[in-house]
Amino acid sequence: MALTFGAFRRSYTLRAPPLVGVLAAGVGAAMLLPLVYLVIRASEHGTVFETLTRASTIETLIRTCLLAAAVTAAAILISLPAAWLTTRTDLPFRGVWSVLFSLPLVFPSYVGAFVLVAALGPRGIVQNWLEPLGVDRLPEIYGFWGAWLAITLFTFPYVLIPLRAAMKGLDQSMDDAARSLGASSFGTFFRVTLPQLRPALAAGGLLVALYTLSDFGAVSILRFDSLTRVIFIQYKSAFDRSEAASLALLLAAVALAAVWIESMTRGKARYHSEAVRRTPKIVRLGGWRWPALVFCVSLVMISLVLPASVLVYWLVRGLDAGQSVSFIGSAAVNSVQVSSLAAAAAILFALPVAVFSVRYPGALSRLIERASYTGFALPGISIALALVFFGANYAPWIYQTLPLLVFAYVVRFMPQALGASRASLLQTNPKTEEAARGLGKGKLAVFRRITLPQLLPGLSTGALLVFLTAIKELPATLLLSPIGFSTLATEIWASTNEAMFARAAAAAILLVLIAAIPTTIVVLREQRAR
Amino acid sequence: MIRLVVPLLALLALSAIVACGGDDAETLTIYSGRSETLVKPILDQFAEESGVKVRVRYGDTAELAATILEEGGNSPADVFFAQDAGALGALADAGLLKTLPNMILDLAPSQYRSRADLWVGISGRARVVAYNTDVLSPDDLPDSIFGFTDPEWEGRIGWAPQNGSFQAFVTGLRVLEGDDAARDWLEGILANDPTEYPNNTTSVEGVANGEVDVAFVNHYYLYRFLDEEGDGFKARNYYTGPGDAGSLVNIAGAGILKTTNSNDLAEQFLKYMLGTTAQQYFADETYEYPVIAGIAIQEGLVPLAEVRPPDIDLSDLSDLNGTLDLLRETGALP
Repeated sequence: MALTFGAFRRSYTLRAPPLVGVLAAGVGAAMLLPLVYLVIRASEHGTVFETLTRASTIETLIRTCLLAAAVTAAAILISLPAAWLTTRTDLPFRGVWSVLFSLPLVFPSYVGAFVLVAALGPRGIVQNWLEPLGVDRLPEIYGFWGAWLAITLFTFPYVLIPLRAAMKGLDQSMDDAARSLGASSFGTFFRVTLPQLRPALAAGGLLVALYTLSDFGAVSILRFDSLTRVIFIQYKSAFDRSEAASLALLLAAVALAAVWIESMTRGKARYHSEAVRRTPKIVRLGGWRWPALVFCVSLVMISLVLPASVLVYWLVRGLDAGQSVSFIGSAAVNSVQVSSLAAAAAILFALPVAVFSVRYPGALSRLIERASYTGFALPGISIALALVFFGANYAPWIYQTLPLLVFAYVVRFMPQALGASRASLLQTNPKTEEAARGLGKGKLAVFRRITLPQLLPGLSTGALLVFLTAIKELPATLLLSPIGFSTLATEIWASTNEAMFARAAAAAILLVLIAAIPTTIVVLREQRAR
Repeated sequence: MIRLVVPLLALLALSAIVACGGDDAETLTIYSGRSETLVKPILDQFAEESGVKVRVRYGDTAELAATILEEGGNSPADVFFAQDAGALGALADAGLLKTLPNMILDLAPSQYRSRADLWVGISGRARVVAYNTDVLSPDDLPDSIFGFTDPEWEGRIGWAPQNGSFQAFVTGLRVLEGDDAARDWLEGILANDPTEYPNNTTSVEGVANGEVDVAFVNHYYLYRFLDEEGDGFKARNYYTGPGDAGSLVNIAGAGILKTTNSNDLAEQFLKYMLGTTAQQYFADETYEYPVIAGIAIQEGLVPLAEVRPPDIDLSDLSDLNGTLDLLRETGALP
């Protein structure tokens, strides 16, 4: 594994420490389990080719890709101003906005979509308010645009969070250089600032795109026939695991294409400067403060206040009708416990892969890194069944125990930790490590004392993202948790199934409140960091 | 960060050790596709009266069926308690269910159990037409489900073609009237531009808030809404005429897995579920139809003797792939 590095260090060769390589390869292999399972199941199916070339499959594939592209574009368009306003300007209450902008991620997409329909449906709550004005029905929100709106609103923080970190890490000396060479502020933004943000935009955009591919909750409630929905119909109605597996493989292929596009976008550039860094200047908004505040308020209203108020409305209405809301404390404790474990484990899994792929790039590290992303694009049910298959038949001693459930979360959500760690690793200068080595420190000591501290912001962001998604995970939780282990997500699922909206709302509100705590801590710490 | 990670992983290792509770002969493990809120009280009562230790995994019926299929010979489950006959049929077809003894089979009438004696129905659920009480009265509704293919219903129908109960109804329609009639019906409804809902709950809600005038659903969802929102809820149930496929009665039922090592407990459980206590529980608490005689049903619920559902063997509803193909060909499903 001797690899020559980019142009600026052609003079010497880097060799990956065997430990890093072995750990990374181990993680890569673990991440491939769902794909192995899908290949096994799909190969039992005599008509894979027919399934994949059916006109309806191809139409669904195109529709799904369009949705993923549209959601990603919208998430980037929302996140750019939101991140800039909260990191680079004198906007009032920046810390508050930063936390509020990150919170929509905590809504499970089925809850988010359900709430959107209840609020904005043809005869929903908003129509009810407008009734006196003669509004009989609102336009349909079902289909492509409804799914687009719901998924965008509840996933844009995937772009926003890494983007904020990148904007904080920007080096003012580059902007100053551009300005001193006569570039306009607009030109500087597009030709100097934006390119530096590319890794963050690409990493966040990739998460949004893959999430959209895998999402079932929103597309089913908003009646958009994406590939994942078709896969679910196969499982649910025909008990046909082979056909579902063929379609899921197709989804995995789309995911790999998205990962490839991301790596192209990211390019080969380095994102740390060799000069002394200068912290970014704060832009004074002046009169622009008001439109900026309108933007912030509207975004928070629609992505946070609206869904939260519908939940509160359901809770109050149900309690009013005498519905009891049982104590869900143990579910809350379980949720916090298992999601924290997942966050910690995902970081441990992501670290070797990130270090290997950033510091020792090559064919193998690329393969491992890309393979790790497929899990995030597959429907949760496919991953859950893959681990049911391997767990029950090859590892019965951990089947349906907490460790296997945590492992399932890692397989599904590690890319979130990976993206964040790799982005911060890219911004650190390997020369610092080399200097420490040169001063006689051992490899591990350098990693612990130099690399790790620089990675911490990225790692805590990654851990937060994994925590926020694991706490709302449903399919793997239902099938792989220890028997009798309920989480807030399973409570919400069970209650909405039975039309007990008050109970569902109580659990969802608790979920949002719990998730708000680590979000606030991480975001505020990042806000203050210099 | 490291200081946080290490104790968390220690906790994980510890929980793995604690979780290793065995699947022994004194424990009954049930995979329940029926929800916890609906069945936990009666399962608890069984555990208390029998002294059996009951462990239940709750989940979606189809997903649990797929799970048992993946687990194969290593399934920890002793009993599969399913929301519909189709999922039980899938496990029966895969050869995963045991033949039940007569002392259990004899408790359920023959139309509510597997022809091959592999599963029994525990409670009945009827297909109904939910209608909006602001716009319609029962007199406005047709006697047959075929009546809804009339153009007068254009833009007024809600349905949930990806829902298992709906698909079981379409299979019933194919069995009763033939594939061509079923196709005609689907095409007729599609010509009326129906609104698609993800499930029964949202369909009933769509009827009540006036998004659609009617929807094809299972009978008991209405009563849960009435419980939560009171009598002002603007939807009610309508049963199509005697023998019409629109009033098909399906079951929620259970079977015992071949891999069980607690067969006696599993049989004891099924017997209890078909006894008067459990049957009365389902009638009172889940608003379903009991499968044994002599149980009083919920007030306001039309007795099956009056509904006169079509005569159909639920084991004949196993051709789900044929139904899915039909739904795809007609464009009801993607």
